[in-house]
Amino acid sequence: MNWSLSPDWPGNFWLRLIIIAVVIIAYVMSSVIMFIWMERRVIARFQSRLGPNRAGPFGLLQAFADTVKILTKEDIIPTLADKLLFWIAPAIAFVPTLMIMAVIPLMNGLQLADLNVGVLYIAAVSAIASIGVFLSGMAGNNKYSLVGAIREIAQLISFEIPMVLAIAGLVIASGSMSVSGIIEAQNIPFILVQPLGFMIFIVAILAEINRTPFDLVEADSELTCGFNTEYSGMKFALLYLTEYSEAVVGSALIATFFLGGWRGPLLPGILWFAIKMFASFMFILWLRGTLPRLRIDQSMRLAWKGLLPLAFVNLFIIGLKSVFLPDLSLWISVPAYILISLILVMLWAMFMRKERQSFGG
Amino acid sequence: MLQDFSYIALFLLISIAFAAFMLVLPLVLRKLGIIPHKPSAVKSSTVECGLETTGRSWVQFNSRYYLFALVAVALDVMLIFILPWAAGLQVADWRFFLGGAIFVGIILIAYIYAWRKGALRWK
Repeated sequence: MNWSLSPDWPGNFWLRLIIIAVVIIAYVMSSVIMFIWMERRVIARFQSRLGPNRAGPFGLLQAFADTVKILTKEDIIPTLADKLLFWIAPAIAFVPTLMIMAVIPLMNGLQLADLNVGVLYIAAVSAIASIGVFLSGMAGNNKYSLVGAIREIAQLISFEIPMVLAIAGLVIASGSMSVSGIIEAQNIPFILVQPLGFMIFIVAILAEINRTPFDLVEADSELTCGFNTEYSGMKFALLYLTEYSEAVVGSALIATFFLGGWRGPLLPGILWFAIKMFASFMFILWLRGTLPRLRIDQSMRLAWKGLLPLAFVNLFIIGLKSVFLPDLSLWISVPAYILISLILVMLWAMFMRKERQSFGG
Repeated sequence: MLQDFSYIALFLLISIAFAAFMLVLPLVLRKLGIIPHKPSAVKSSTVECGLETTGRSWVQFNSRYYLFALVAVALDVMLIFILPWAAGLQVADWRFFLGGAIFVGIILIAYIYAWRKGALRWK
């Protein structure tokens, strides 16, 4: 069966814009609601609790109940806050997360714009979301928020570089900078072809979307929720939404870049994409249920001394393979590279421990 | 290509409208009397975990990572050049690869220098 749409479907510029924009926004919003439900239930199971199970079957309607509650809360603006920034910062944080979804194909052809510089666009726009979070932390004129906001920028500048270097490995393997070009090239998913790139990318994306173990920006127990301490009512809801739509985008990027996006047998593409996206989010939740939060200096050390050298090595090996051994059989290259990756990670972990002992942190 | 970017620009407008709708909604609901609005001095003071708020947060702050930020600028610029190089690598020969490797090597020297100098340490 053929589940694809032509690139200019349904033939009219404005009609295409409206239909796909509505589909993208609806997809992000419904995924956010499912993610919130999933996170609360799954984390509850990890911690031997039940989680929300009163509103609707299995607590599925809990998110709607929360929305109604938060919508009717009083909207408080602190007297010391910067009024303008306080108002627009949640929007600056939220809009880029939607913008990234515009270049990600939900199924074959269901993509608003197939930019030929897609990965560069994703790297650039995802940085703007962090600036929105930074502004919302700074505008509230709260010391905890300010510390959270400054940590956000520290994480942004540190983890963006290994993330884009890992994506550059994919660009070498697919010979294209467009997102659909990367999906076209995944006859077998890139998670097998580039395991080291996948490991680097998943750690970096966790930091970019501020999930545990890198949730230093909110750090409930030390910063009283960090950047959104001063927010209430609908503005808080928008920041909360941003956090989860960043998680949606992060899982969607993992699914697109490393798991083959919409590609898969039998089922329609959009279903495969959703399955892969939810599987990625399940993995993120699993990490959250397992790992404690890092300190900021540990997180920066991991980015600069752990991920960045490995990302350079990864890029170098993939470049060498692509130039000198372009016709190497997958049966040899995949197991070999998985083995090399594991050895590299272990060696580098040992080196980092030595380095800390000799340098003192 | 131009059409693709016009889609992006128009989608930007749609997203901004969506976010603006969500920000303005509480104002409408307040006019309708659904959301309460009873400001008081204590309620609109800054949260400081129950203590009286002292001072503002816009003070000089040792952000501790400006050296990281300087290295990040160099590496970020490198990323922009590396992506087109990576896209062309499949159809290129070894000279093309060598050119990119030398370019990255020069940046790597700066990175290793910063590391040895202790710039990548959280002080």
